[in-house]
Amino acid sequence: MNRPINLAARGPFGVGRFEPVSFFCTGLTGAATFLILAILAVILGNIIWHGGAGFSLRFIFGSADRDMFDPARAGVGPMVFGTAARVILMTLFVLPVGVATAIYLTEYARSGALLTRVIRSAVNNLAGVPSIVFGLFGLGFFISAVGGSLDGLLYPGNPKPVWGKPALIWASLTLAVMTLPVVIVATEESLRAIPPGLREASLALGATKLQTILRIVLPQALPGILTGSILAVSRAAGEVAPILFTGAAYYMASLPRALTDQFMDLAYHVFVLSTQAPDVDKSRPILYGTVVVLLGLTFALNVVAILIRTRVRRRLRQLG
Amino acid sequence: MAVTPLNLKVRAEVPAGEIAADHPELITFERLSLWYGAAQALQDISFGIRERLVTAFIGPSGCGKSTLLRCLNRMNDLIDGVRITGQVRIAGQDIYAPGVDVIELRRRVGMVFQRSNPFPKSIYDNIAYALRLQGIRRKAELDEIVEKSLRSAALWEEVKDRLHASALGLSGGQQQRLCIARAIAVQPDILLMDEPASALDPIATAKIEDLILDLKRDYTIVIVTHNMQQAARISDYTAFFYLGELIEYDTTTRIFTNPARKQTEDYVTGRFG
Repeated sequence: MNRPINLAARGPFGVGRFEPVSFFCTGLTGAATFLILAILAVILGNIIWHGGAGFSLRFIFGSADRDMFDPARAGVGPMVFGTAARVILMTLFVLPVGVATAIYLTEYARSGALLTRVIRSAVNNLAGVPSIVFGLFGLGFFISAVGGSLDGLLYPGNPKPVWGKPALIWASLTLAVMTLPVVIVATEESLRAIPPGLREASLALGATKLQTILRIVLPQALPGILTGSILAVSRAAGEVAPILFTGAAYYMASLPRALTDQFMDLAYHVFVLSTQAPDVDKSRPILYGTVVVLLGLTFALNVVAILIRTRVRRRLRQLG
Repeated sequence: MAVTPLNLKVRAEVPAGEIAADHPELITFERLSLWYGAAQALQDISFGIRERLVTAFIGPSGCGKSTLLRCLNRMNDLIDGVRITGQVRIAGQDIYAPGVDVIELRRRVGMVFQRSNPFPKSIYDNIAYALRLQGIRRKAELDEIVEKSLRSAALWEEVKDRLHASALGLSGGQQQRLCIARAIAVQPDILLMDEPASALDPIATAKIEDLILDLKRDYTIVIVTHNMQQAARISDYTAFFYLGELIEYDTTTRIFTNPARKQTEDYVTGRFG
C-alpha cells in the first residue's frame, strides 16, 4: 500500500549542516586548479613582459644576421619559416599513416587477436619513448639508412651526400614518427564513438566495407582526426631533440629551397640562444622574443586547425 | 496472479489453397544451426517463409529470433567466431554457398533495425546513399526514386519541404519510416525488420504497422517482435522460438487461437516469457 503523502505532517525540512570534509575537498580541488592557472599566468606573463620589449615586425620577419646574438640586428624570419615548414610537412606525413593505422585497428583487425594487441601496445610504447631517442632514430634510420641508400642508388660515385644528410624532410619524418601515437589514439577514439548502427545500416544496404568507411565512418571521425592533428602540432612545434641531428641548422644564409636542405628553427634557436650566446644578458631580449614568436606560431597553427574543425562540425550538424 | 486471456485481434485467415498458389515459398531454412564461438544460438531449424506475406518471429529474449533474421542477409558474418551449418535458401539459391555475392544479397534483402539509424546526412542523401553506390548519378532519376520511396514509406507529405534538412531532426517514428524508405529505395525482394517499433510510441507504432501491411503487397516481410498484439495484428505466419529452437510455425491465426504445442500457448497467452 502507498503511504499517503502529507509532507506538512512530517514537519519542516530543517537546516542543512555544515560539512567540513566536503568544504575541505572543494577547497583543495579549487586550490589545485588555481595553482595551474597561476603557473601558466606567471610563465606567459614573464615571457610576454620580457619578450614584448624588443618586439617588432622586423624581428619576426627579418632575416637572420650572421651575428644573431645582437639585439639590434637579429631577426627570426628564417626560423619562423623553418618551424612552420617542418610542422606542416610533419602533419602531411603523420595524418595519412596515423588515420590508416587507426582504421585498421578499429574497423578491420579482430579486437582480441594477438596481432592487434601487439600493435596497440607498440603504439602506446611509442608514445612513451623520450624525444631524444626519436632524434637518434631519425639520424640512424632516415639519414644513414634511407638517405644513404638513396644516394647510393641515385648518385653512385658522388662523394657529396644529397639525401644522406640532415634535411627538412628527415626532421619532418622524425617528428611524424614521434607524433604518430597521438594521431592514432585520437582517431581510434573518434572511430569508436561512431554508433555501430551506422556501419550496419550502410552494410545492410549493400555497401562494401570500404565504401562504408569512406562515406559514413570517416566523415564522422573528421573532427576527432583534426583534434589528433592539433595535439600532434602542439607536441611537435616546440620539440628540439628530434630535429637536433636530423635537420636543424645553427645558421643558414638563405631559406631552404628543397626538402633536402637544412633549415633554421625557432625551438632550436631558443636552445642556441640560451647555450651559445657570448653575452647572455645582452642577447636575452632576443631569447624572450624568439620564445614569444614560437608560442605565437604554435598558437596560430592550432587556431587554423581548430577553425577547420569547427567548420567540419558545423557541416556535420547542418549537412547540405 | 490470474492469467487474463489476451484479447487478440487476429485477421481473417487466407484459405490454405489460395496461399499455396499466390504465395509460393521464397525462403527455406534447412537444418540451420549457428554457434557464437562455443555457444549454440540456433538448433537445427527447418521451415519455409512464403512470398509477399508477413512472417513474424516471436519468442522470449535470447531465443535466437534476431540471430535467425540476421542469417537472411548474412549480417552475422560481421561477428567474429560465428559458425553456421545447414542451409538458407532464397528462391532456391543457398546464400551461404561459396561464391555468393554478399553485397548483391544485401541489396535484395533489405533490413530495418530496432533502433532507427539514419545516417547523419540530409533526408534526401539518406535515401540516395545506396543508389549512388550503385552508380545512379542522374539527379532526375535520384529525385524520382527518393520521392517514390518516401511515398511508399508514408513519409513524403511530412518531409517533402525539407528534403535537404538533416535526418536527425526527424522524430523517432519519422526516422524509422525514413529507414524503411531507405531500405526499399534499392528495391529489395525481402524486407527484414528487427523489432522496428519497439522504441516508438503507440501512434508511431500504429503508423509503422499500417505501413507494413501496405508494403506486403510488394515485399516479403520478416519481422521480429516482442509484442504479441503486434504479431497478431500484422503477420500472416508466426514462428515461435525458444532457446534457439523452432517450437512451432503456423499461420498466425492458429498460433494465437489454437497452437499445437503447450509451450506456444503458454507464451502467447502471457504465462511465461
